[in-house]
Amino acid sequence: MLGSLDARIPVGSLEGKWTDHKFSMRLVNPNNKRRFDVIVVGSGLAGASAAASLGELGYRVKVLTYHDSPRRAHSIAAQGGINAAKNYQNDGDSVYRLFYDTIKGGDYRAREANVYRLAEVSVDIIDQATAQGVPFAREYGGLLDNRSFGGAQVSRTFYARGQTGQQLLLGAYSALMRQVAAGTVELHTRSEMLELVMHDGRAVGVVTRDLITGEIVSHSAHAVVLATGGYGNVYFLSTNAKMCNVTAAWRAHRKGALFANPCYTQIHPTCIPASDDFQSKLTLMSESLRNDGRIWVPQAHEDGRDPHEIPDSDRDYFLERKYPAFGNLVPRDVASRNAKTVVDEGRGVGPLRNGVYLDFSGAMARDGEAVIRAKYGNLFDMYERITGEDPYRVPMRIYPATHYTMGGLWVDYELMSNVPGLFVLGEANFSDHGANRLGASALMQGLADGYFVLPYTIGNYLSDFLGDPALGTSEPVFADAEQAVADEMNRWLSIGGTRSVDHYHRELGKLVWDYIGMARNKTGLEKAISEIPALRDEYHRNVRVLGSADTLNQSLEKAGRVADLFELGELMARDALAREESCGGHFREEHQTEEGEAMRDDENFTHVAAWEWNGEGTPQTRHREELEFENVELTQRSYK
Amino acid sequence: MSSEINLTLQVWRQPGPQAEGRFVTYEAKGISTDASFLEMLDIVNERLIENGEEPIVFESDCREGICGTCGLMINGQAHGPQKSTATCQLHMRSFSDGDHIVIEPWRATSFPVLRDLAVDRRAMDAIIASGGYISVNTGAAPDANLTPVPKETADTAFDAAACIGCGACVAACPNSAAQLFTAAKVQHLNLLPQGQAQRWARTEAMVETMEEFFGSCTNHGECEEACPKDIPIDFIAWTNRDYIKAKVKNRKLAG
Amino acid sequence: MAQTVSRVSTPPPVRSEPRVKLPWPLSIYQTAVGKKWVMGLTGVALLGFIVVHMIGNLHLYEGPLEIHEYAETLRDLGTKIVPRTWLLWAMRIGLIAAFGLHIHSAYSLSRMSWAADQRYPGGRNYIAANFASRTMRWTGPIIGLYLFYHLADLTWGWFNPDFVRGDPYHNVSESLGSIPVAILYIVANTALAVHIFHGTWSMFQSLGVNSPRYNHLRRYLAGGLAGIILVGNLSFPIFVQAGVIDDNGRSIVEELQQHEAAEGEES
Repeated sequence: MLGSLDARIPVGSLEGKWTDHKFSMRLVNPNNKRRFDVIVVGSGLAGASAAASLGELGYRVKVLTYHDSPRRAHSIAAQGGINAAKNYQNDGDSVYRLFYDTIKGGDYRAREANVYRLAEVSVDIIDQATAQGVPFAREYGGLLDNRSFGGAQVSRTFYARGQTGQQLLLGAYSALMRQVAAGTVELHTRSEMLELVMHDGRAVGVVTRDLITGEIVSHSAHAVVLATGGYGNVYFLSTNAKMCNVTAAWRAHRKGALFANPCYTQIHPTCIPASDDFQSKLTLMSESLRNDGRIWVPQAHEDGRDPHEIPDSDRDYFLERKYPAFGNLVPRDVASRNAKTVVDEGRGVGPLRNGVYLDFSGAMARDGEAVIRAKYGNLFDMYERITGEDPYRVPMRIYPATHYTMGGLWVDYELMSNVPGLFVLGEANFSDHGANRLGASALMQGLADGYFVLPYTIGNYLSDFLGDPALGTSEPVFADAEQAVADEMNRWLSIGGTRSVDHYHRELGKLVWDYIGMARNKTGLEKAISEIPALRDEYHRNVRVLGSADTLNQSLEKAGRVADLFELGELMARDALAREESCGGHFREEHQTEEGEAMRDDENFTHVAAWEWNGEGTPQTRHREELEFENVELTQRSYK
Repeated sequence: MSSEINLTLQVWRQPGPQAEGRFVTYEAKGISTDASFLEMLDIVNERLIENGEEPIVFESDCREGICGTCGLMINGQAHGPQKSTATCQLHMRSFSDGDHIVIEPWRATSFPVLRDLAVDRRAMDAIIASGGYISVNTGAAPDANLTPVPKETADTAFDAAACIGCGACVAACPNSAAQLFTAAKVQHLNLLPQGQAQRWARTEAMVETMEEFFGSCTNHGECEEACPKDIPIDFIAWTNRDYIKAKVKNRKLAG
Repeated sequence: MAQTVSRVSTPPPVRSEPRVKLPWPLSIYQTAVGKKWVMGLTGVALLGFIVVHMIGNLHLYEGPLEIHEYAETLRDLGTKIVPRTWLLWAMRIGLIAAFGLHIHSAYSLSRMSWAADQRYPGGRNYIAANFASRTMRWTGPIIGLYLFYHLADLTWGWFNPDFVRGDPYHNVSESLGSIPVAILYIVANTALAVHIFHGTWSMFQSLGVNSPRYNHLRRYLAGGLAGIILVGNLSFPIFVQAGVIDDNGRSIVEELQQHEAAEGEES
């Protein structure tokens, strides 16, 4: 039913596309804006910035978040920084270079036009955030400081200690609360979106459940904006927050929105390994640690000795051995896969043999403990708080963990999905990072979408509906959607099984991690495609959700979210199986060079895979959006 | 290194906002000292569900001490015994075998209990909405390096901006005052050059909104001890000073 | 089902806007931070009085006539400009006003906190709050009641049958010579010192006198002031009991005054 996907990328030169398009898009005049209702689901960087900006323009905005406050959204946990092509360091940065680095870092699986626009507006984000009072790091002269980050040869990362995400989110949150006070934004906290409501093929509203009272509520609007984050929690253990889920995006997918590139997930190499079966989440340690730490495992399998007792000759500094040029500083995906290899060989360290050492003893001997403390003191403290081990005395243990998902709902150049009136922003869409995201680019994309892209493009859509009121919530489509939610709640409560939601989530996570984790192969993916639905069926038969639907019931909330993750997990496997190449975060063992490097297949896979829902029990249909590279040449990455 | 401990928990259970609450005792056996406090509660909940009892409602999200969602009163201390640590980062190695742990929700009139250990903290959002921002519309900002900010100023502003909005300061305060939360936000913006235009209006509005919901500070300093981000009460003093100045200046401007 | 429920609403405010908004600057006093500010300022005034009062009372150790002369000097203050005792009365009125405001602000702020606060049935474990900070609402009323007794006893002479107006030495030694009264003075002045210990430090915060470089000195100042006042004020009941201050029931001032009166008649 769908032809090849058209992203509606404007014609013209790369540099002129966005400028020209902004001029050619239709506008809604200021007096008419207040006649349009827009729903924004999610209050992270993308959602809060979009809602605040739309409110400032005069639209009637409704923000829905399942958090108790918009400020809790998981953007808050981003540590490192935000990229922007300001070239304040005079080191040769430019919009084009940021564009180029991002395209290359994404392993040539992102749209040129989107990425160029992202690089273009990046400079405005820094101005906006600074004006809002975001306390970015400064030099002694009072001007903004920058640091360098992986995948770039210039210093373009703006940061606020190790809490850049927090500060940027609080900036967007304050702008949002200003609009709430001004009355342009209506804020609904503890409201979880459970259905997308469609009418005449367009998105016209959502149905939410009030997490405190259980009340099922319809919200109608002229357009719906999803800014609901990524789906990393499909692995159960990830660096995502406990509540992160795919439900809003998935419910839209089930109503016809295409889900693009679900197999592109990013694994971060330096996380603290799980310590026991009840581990609830993994904590990320800044990648900067790899500048001074040396990564090693014992040569021998199951070497039970204390790390200090293992002489250098019995240690394997595997990254330095395999990649003499980059050593411990190889990109995230390479470092992660190699750690997995040695752990799978039985050479892992720690009580559960699930980590590799990150050893600072050499750096401390060279620079002195004080220097190391000055650079990494806060990270060392955090490590000690979590593990109870003193990293100044005992080598740290690290292991990769899922941390970001590049896939998401398919959107066109204007960030609208294939469902008219449904816009998707931030990590929830698939658009800008290709198969791999560079460090400090997630914050940039979320804010670019919310502050500087959507406020323009939404007008182009809305201008068609001038004078049309939003569909009333008394229409049958809303009643049906409300009924669907009520039925779903009753279904969970009436199963009366034996195991908790978390139990099944953990089991699902193990399957997804084993088969669709850092390295994938045909056999494993086929197993995933058969085992995930089997476990899912058991879940629907045997999950135990206690209590009632009219109170704060956390098991009930989770039940629906985990059900959606099951379906997503299966789709990830299908997507990974169909993509017969290795690129970025997607590594197929069948497609590697003799040295074990990822091998792309540009001839057959320079496209976006976007999956269409066909109803329960029927596999989704794979659609393609061909990627045209007019400006950059596709090359193979090498870090030898 | 890790070992297993047995604990007795006394947990506040309250079915809903209007319902009566009470303490219920649970045995938490075989808890790894490597587990976090919330993972310990996860384990207890898993066992409760298997026994057909409704799990204990408690809130958490990021579990790395930055989102501010979690927060429990543990043995009479907000966020428990470890200083500068949010509940989610507290680990069971801070406890010993046989310990008796009392777990309560934050308590303040403006933090009504929703269920068990979860409370409603929207009053804090109301304080932010009343003035915790710099009014700059998207797109209206000048170049970020137009206004230099002395590094010391930026650093101090950051110390205040580090607030995660967890509400521990209110919970720990014998007066249920929200002075530390409010002062942190006021001073974050008041210290920066970008925040000067609205300095006096902001201070007046935020302090007066705070007073509608929370108690009056008596300078005990409990908030500073409970704060997982070590925000000092000096910010409270500066806000008091700014407030009186604001009362004078705002009047002058009004003519 | 309802179309929308507004989740924007917040918990009901504990304190509502004042019904009548007073004109500036009285409106400042209608806010809690304004009240704390007034409490701090009146605290400074009261503290100043307490220090001067304590130092002045040290004249007791010089003898009955010297303390009498000191008291007379106070009445003579400013006589070159205004009639006798006017300045003293002005200061007294100022003090009464400060005291009244101090009590009123404390009372209304306490009410506000009681409304905002919910007890922890599981108990509290205080880390920073100390005995002094937590007993302000006890030591305050104790000081207030004591002050009333102190005035009634030594200024108005209600409780002392041997009261002699204008002879502090005699009155003090008569009053504090009684063991229960001495104990009362000791208890009340200890409460006063405890109150001053937290009040002095707290005043800096409330008035916004805060500079990180000098902040550590505030605790020393609070401790020092409280200690000096404690030692000075406790010395009086102790030394009366020890017999150091004692006129054996003879009012030297009264005798002197009678003597002067007699001489006046003679001449």
